[in-house]
Amino acid sequence: MKPEELTSMMEKARADMQAFDHHINVCTESGCISLQSDLLLKTLGDEVKHRGLTEKVCVKGVGCMGLCCNGPLVKANTTLYQNVKSEHAPAIVDSLSSQPVQELLCDTQQPFFTRQKLIVRENSGRVDPESLIDCIAHGAYQALLKVLTSMTPQQVIQEIADSGLRGRGGAGFPTGLKWATVAKAPGTRKYVICNGDEGDPGAFMDRSMMEGDPHRVLEGMAIAAYAVGAQQGVIYVRAEYPLAVKRLTKAINMAHRHDLIGHNIFGTKFDFNVEIRLGAGAFVCGEETALIASVEGKRGLPRPRPPYPANSGLFGCPTLINNVETYANIAPIINNGAASFAQIGTEKSKGTKIFALTGKIKNTGLIEVPMGIRLKDIIYDIAGGIPDGRAFKAVQTGGPSGGCIPADMLDITVDYESLTKAGSIMGSGGMIVMDETSNMVDVARFFMEFCMTESCGKCVPCRVGTYEMHELLDRIYEKRGTLDDLQLLKDLCGMVKQTSLCGLGQSAPNPVLSTLRYFEHEYLDLINQAQASEADRNAAAKGESIKLEVLS
Amino acid sequence: MTSAVSSGESITLKIDDKDISCRSGETILAVARENNIDIPTLCFMEGLSVWGGCRLCLVEVAGSPKLQAACATVCTEGMNVVTASPRLKEYRKMIVEMLFAERNHVCSVCVSNGHCELQDMAVKLEIDHVRFPYRYPHLQVDNSHDRARMDHNRCILCTRCVRVCAEIEGAHTKDVKGRGVLAAIIHDLDQPWGESETCTSCGKCVNVCPTGALTHRGTAVGEMQKKTDFLPYLTLMRRTES
Amino acid sequence: MTNATTKPTVATVWLDGCSGCHMSFMDLDERLMTLAGLVDILHSPVVDSKEFPQNVDLTLVEGAVSSEEDLHKANIIRARSKYVIAMGDCAVTGNVPAMRNYWDRSDLFDRAYVENAQEPVSPEARKALLPLAVVPPLRPHATPLHEVIKVDLYLPGCPPPADAIWFVLTELLAGRVPNAMSVSRFGK
Repeated sequence: MKPEELTSMMEKARADMQAFDHHINVCTESGCISLQSDLLLKTLGDEVKHRGLTEKVCVKGVGCMGLCCNGPLVKANTTLYQNVKSEHAPAIVDSLSSQPVQELLCDTQQPFFTRQKLIVRENSGRVDPESLIDCIAHGAYQALLKVLTSMTPQQVIQEIADSGLRGRGGAGFPTGLKWATVAKAPGTRKYVICNGDEGDPGAFMDRSMMEGDPHRVLEGMAIAAYAVGAQQGVIYVRAEYPLAVKRLTKAINMAHRHDLIGHNIFGTKFDFNVEIRLGAGAFVCGEETALIASVEGKRGLPRPRPPYPANSGLFGCPTLINNVETYANIAPIINNGAASFAQIGTEKSKGTKIFALTGKIKNTGLIEVPMGIRLKDIIYDIAGGIPDGRAFKAVQTGGPSGGCIPADMLDITVDYESLTKAGSIMGSGGMIVMDETSNMVDVARFFMEFCMTESCGKCVPCRVGTYEMHELLDRIYEKRGTLDDLQLLKDLCGMVKQTSLCGLGQSAPNPVLSTLRYFEHEYLDLINQAQASEADRNAAAKGESIKLEVLS
Repeated sequence: MTSAVSSGESITLKIDDKDISCRSGETILAVARENNIDIPTLCFMEGLSVWGGCRLCLVEVAGSPKLQAACATVCTEGMNVVTASPRLKEYRKMIVEMLFAERNHVCSVCVSNGHCELQDMAVKLEIDHVRFPYRYPHLQVDNSHDRARMDHNRCILCTRCVRVCAEIEGAHTKDVKGRGVLAAIIHDLDQPWGESETCTSCGKCVNVCPTGALTHRGTAVGEMQKKTDFLPYLTLMRRTES
Repeated sequence: MTNATTKPTVATVWLDGCSGCHMSFMDLDERLMTLAGLVDILHSPVVDSKEFPQNVDLTLVEGAVSSEEDLHKANIIRARSKYVIAMGDCAVTGNVPAMRNYWDRSDLFDRAYVENAQEPVSPEARKALLPLAVVPPLRPHATPLHEVIKVDLYLPGCPPPADAIWFVLTELLAGRVPNAMSVSRFGK
């Protein structure tokens, strides 16, 4: 494809779009499909066909519109409908030229929508992820074109560095710095890897990105490859995400067919190919060295760093690994400039962050909010607060590596530093809200069980330490624990954190540490109850006259 | 490999307040041992690739917030290393205690009693009891091989056997299956050892095993003694011949 | 134990063990005489006393905690002793008694009392063979002593050598806390 072809394709696709009088967008991501939105899409299409409106009404499947709890969501022109079923199809088609269907209306003026800031997800819910043409109509590959035709790799890296973008996988390493390191690493053969091994309980941000706007991820990877001097990309996706795999595969094939990836892209000397590797659902493979081992066909185990993948990664070559969301941030930064990106957010955390809201809140789903927003605003405003008149207890961020933040700390802002200071982490964006009915020891036990079963088993502190911490949490929760057990648990937390080989083990104690920090009384309550019965037994033993050497 | 090819450049560093010079590319562990500074290890073995799994060789390096595995960390100019702070000693104790709690290590009835690196480590680290709840897993003994025996009860998953089999013997009969505490050493596609078509019965795995997990058949309590001298000779011979 | 003395009082107890630790204790040989001059042994399998006394200064416990009776005894020992030593690997680690822990208790009983019975038995007769009455019930796991009560000193060994027992006792009597790992180890 030549540069001018992309522009003409975009213009033609836009003109084609405008030829329609009406647009009906149906969410076709995993969440809504589980409520049969695929059938709904087909029914709507058939309805339009039966009425002979195919020239006037465009019906298409799109990515996630956010409010997953009220799915399937359908957008008919500017009207958003919720909880739509197939039988509503005629009414929706009717409404196009008359009044909206009242009972299905979803208020787009509620804070859930108005307080979001869509940058990464700007096209999610607008484009058909299975149509390259539709994506191009919405501006896909414009950033790649700009980069390849008017920027040097150094300029690209500088732009990313200036934007202040930090890794969205959890640790928040400055992206520009990472790219610069890989670019500087000696070697002619380099790789870029997209980490789509999203495994935190309650997290589905990356899945949504891959299902809803796969070309944006590809575009980000291609720009990264150009910047660091790589020709080959690998997308590592867990096999549990079949729809994401299907759409990514389709996106890669379509992009190939139109020479948006492959040889001499846009007539330049830049070559870039991408392949997909499936993970078998091991949480540890989200750790970069384990991910690389898995891509190489080995057992997915982490290894000591250094050497870092930036110098010696996939097959020993310099390798850039970024998270799905990080790559999805690249195109808007290039298109709109680093300065406009850097305006959003806080001093050290720029841009927006996608969160998957789950748990005891009214609005569950996906949101994209500017960094620096208060946790309180997310939970009470965007998420609509706690249902059933119950009281908020804690919000868990960062998955099994993160921690629980209590009610009196909800004024903190969402940025890498504040969350770390509060004993949690930003993580990849899972946010689980708990109400007063949750016991925090049980919560810690749940996450520890996850870490225990997901530990790869390579290093002793993580392999046995997570087992022992889980065992001690079990004892305490089941009212068999003692203060000694609690002390041992605390000692173990410190040891496993300090001595484990990789991030999984080093962060596995976090849910325990943060619940101990804010909810230690819940541990002590359970221990006190256990001790009361223990004391009874001891009192009995002291006074009892039992003949020890004779069996009764 | 353990001692990476050194470029010959000389560097100086401090280990436990002792000024030491070494060649660039050498690991902290190698340099410490050359200088009679003992850093405990269980998964490390001279002549095999670095594994970094037992975490006993963790040391403090000034300026680094994280503890570093001495077996996998290369010395750098001006490095200041502490190998045995109270914190490190405590962590090491806990790690070895966890190994005892993980599987069924019954020293008194073990063929390696008195010649066991895990047992020796407990003595060295003054471990007189295990603070952690024991796991008591139900594990098998693979008695199918005609010359050797694999007792999973005594395995600490150091993977020395896996590495010696793959890297030195070249057979790669052994590997690891499963995750977390359920991980276990397997032969070929998880079949009885005696039915393995790739095992050459060379016996190297038995000799590198630090505990009584891999033993010769027909040994009784305390009779199994490992010979590990062969490994440095073997690697040395290979290096000189190539 | 004729009159009230100011000598420290000592007890030894045998829980789920093989008595090997007590054999080792007896191997103190003539040092037992010296010991008798230093302490009053109030209670022991080798002393004719049926009840665990009150206010013992030092108790040596052999064996793992296997049955409900063991647990009961352990609680009494702890409540009535100032200083408790876990003597030998069974008390320290569970050792051989804990090798039953990998099986379910009913499988264990079947193996011990039914499968190994002289003649095959009917399912009805099966139950009659199991020791479900009179003897104390087994706990799910045989555990080290410190899992059920607080232990003050650990003396590993299978059995701990007589010299190690002597070292630990004399050091304690001299008011020092001995390092048992300098004289014994697991499996010694």
